[in-house]
Amino acid sequence: MTLNIPSFNLASIGPWITLSIFAIAILLADALSPKGNRTAAPLLALAGLAVAGFQTISLWGKNGLDFARMVYVDNFSLFFYMVFILGTALTVLISLQYLKDYGKNLAEYYALLLFATVGMMLMAAGAHLIMIFLGLEVMSIAVYVLAGLFREDARSNEAALKYLVLGAFASAFLLFGMAMLYGAAGGTLFLNDLPGRLTAGFKPLTLLAIALLVVGFGFKVASVPFHMWTPDVYEGAPTSVTAFMAVGVKTAAFAAFARVFFLAFPTLMPDWTMVLWVLAVATMTLGNVVAIAQTNIKRMLAYSSIAHAGYLLVALVAANQLGAVSLMYYLLAYTLMNLGAFGVVILVGRKKDSYLSIYDYAGLGAQHPALAAAMALFMFALAGIPPTAGFVGKFYIFSAAVKAGYIWLAIIGVMNSVVSVYYYLRITVLMYMKPAEADLGPINFAPAVTATLLLTAAGVVLIGVFPGFLYNLALNSVKIFPGL
Amino acid sequence: MVVPVSYYLALSVALFALGVIGVLIRRNVLVILMCIEMMLNAVNLAFIGFADYFKAVDGQMFVFFVMTVAAAEVAVGLALIVAIFRNRATVYVDEFNILKW
Repeated sequence: MTLNIPSFNLASIGPWITLSIFAIAILLADALSPKGNRTAAPLLALAGLAVAGFQTISLWGKNGLDFARMVYVDNFSLFFYMVFILGTALTVLISLQYLKDYGKNLAEYYALLLFATVGMMLMAAGAHLIMIFLGLEVMSIAVYVLAGLFREDARSNEAALKYLVLGAFASAFLLFGMAMLYGAAGGTLFLNDLPGRLTAGFKPLTLLAIALLVVGFGFKVASVPFHMWTPDVYEGAPTSVTAFMAVGVKTAAFAAFARVFFLAFPTLMPDWTMVLWVLAVATMTLGNVVAIAQTNIKRMLAYSSIAHAGYLLVALVAANQLGAVSLMYYLLAYTLMNLGAFGVVILVGRKKDSYLSIYDYAGLGAQHPALAAAMALFMFALAGIPPTAGFVGKFYIFSAAVKAGYIWLAIIGVMNSVVSVYYYLRITVLMYMKPAEADLGPINFAPAVTATLLLTAAGVVLIGVFPGFLYNLALNSVKIFPGL
Repeated sequence: MVVPVSYYLALSVALFALGVIGVLIRRNVLVILMCIEMMLNAVNLAFIGFADYFKAVDGQMFVFFVMTVAAAEVAVGLALIVAIFRNRATVYVDEFNILKW
């Protein structure tokens, strides 16, 4: 018996290898270094992310499959690699001081962040449903642990356990969907092969599979009605982990969502766009309306992230080239503005998160004008007010919906944006127009967090004013979807 | 005697449904984790059934990955349950109510 090992090129998964090796190195360095010396871990993590970033750039422009057709090497996945790397690097920066305050600046935190990033990359590049499932779990299991990082804190425990139980429950649905798809497609799970294999005879089975996949992905992107975990987990988890979940996990899930649905089910588009239409409207509306009632800033941002999942679903429903482009652009913009907002939450929260109520932001404009200005900018960006990236992203999404003929969806989306302005602007009003209830006291401007705020604020404005470069980049990347 | 694929599927769907019901109605988090395991095993059964029917190995491969991932997930889950039990001395999901559901 001969065993044929297909040829492969390790360079095509260079970023995964780099990040995994650096994560292991972080763990080893921690085990071998004298106790209490933990300065190396974040530096190693940043170094690993930088190397992975360079590898991603050097892969740019390639278009093909590798590892026995299991992995896509194309601009679509590479674009998302960059978003993940950026998100993780900024998360490392905002975590440093926050974790030190809690006495939890552990090396495994940074290792888990890197492992989760590898999982996200697997999801964005998976060409076979096994890869996408594995990526999802590699990411999720790392994030479950991260959410429970504060072991002695009952809230962190509870958040992690809720996330794990509901996450595993949703994964089981996703898996059952994959099993049904396997049956409907007659024994293949390659995304490239699926459209040709899903013949009309098995349509009920295929539709069941699609419904189950929507449940699985819908959970990860926090879409209504699978959003119940979001506010609890976002509130209970450490703030830096919440930021990572809000940007990284959502981006990865949307990357896989878009890839699977655009590549594998183009012929069934009328069926799944109808389901996603309903989900998008429900998600936007519920997220925005319930966010108004929140007084905890982390919970408010959780509902805001649900609402943003709704906008992103609109881009999926549109299912045209502009829709895919807007999805990619918006996810990058969302990464920047959300990480910035969470950076401010970490700075204002200080002393073990004792200032998380939105009323703690009253008077911030007078006492810390620069910080208040940054928060105002991120709130404007999340609300979608020009000239920020949030506006351009929403503009692309809604024009994609109009172009695809979903006029009402675009109208509902715009109306939802108007609703969202209320709770985003409330923070701004509190900061500038209400006197502080008590003296806010000094805020510890850790250099890393300040740098993150400057970077994200500059990014939000810059890609908002000059979106052309990213637009072309994304347009170049979505050519891989023949059905659009 | 050959067992037709529909039998595998019927058993798989039944197991999956039992798992879902268990997750929804049971209150002990350990039992909930076991119900999730049952759902994953239902998936494995469906994969094996299809793989046998279509004579394609992808499904059998998938089963190994599902089992590995399930083990990892349970390891993390049990660790979290131990952590929460130390803080709160309970394993009933009704009592995990610091954060509103």
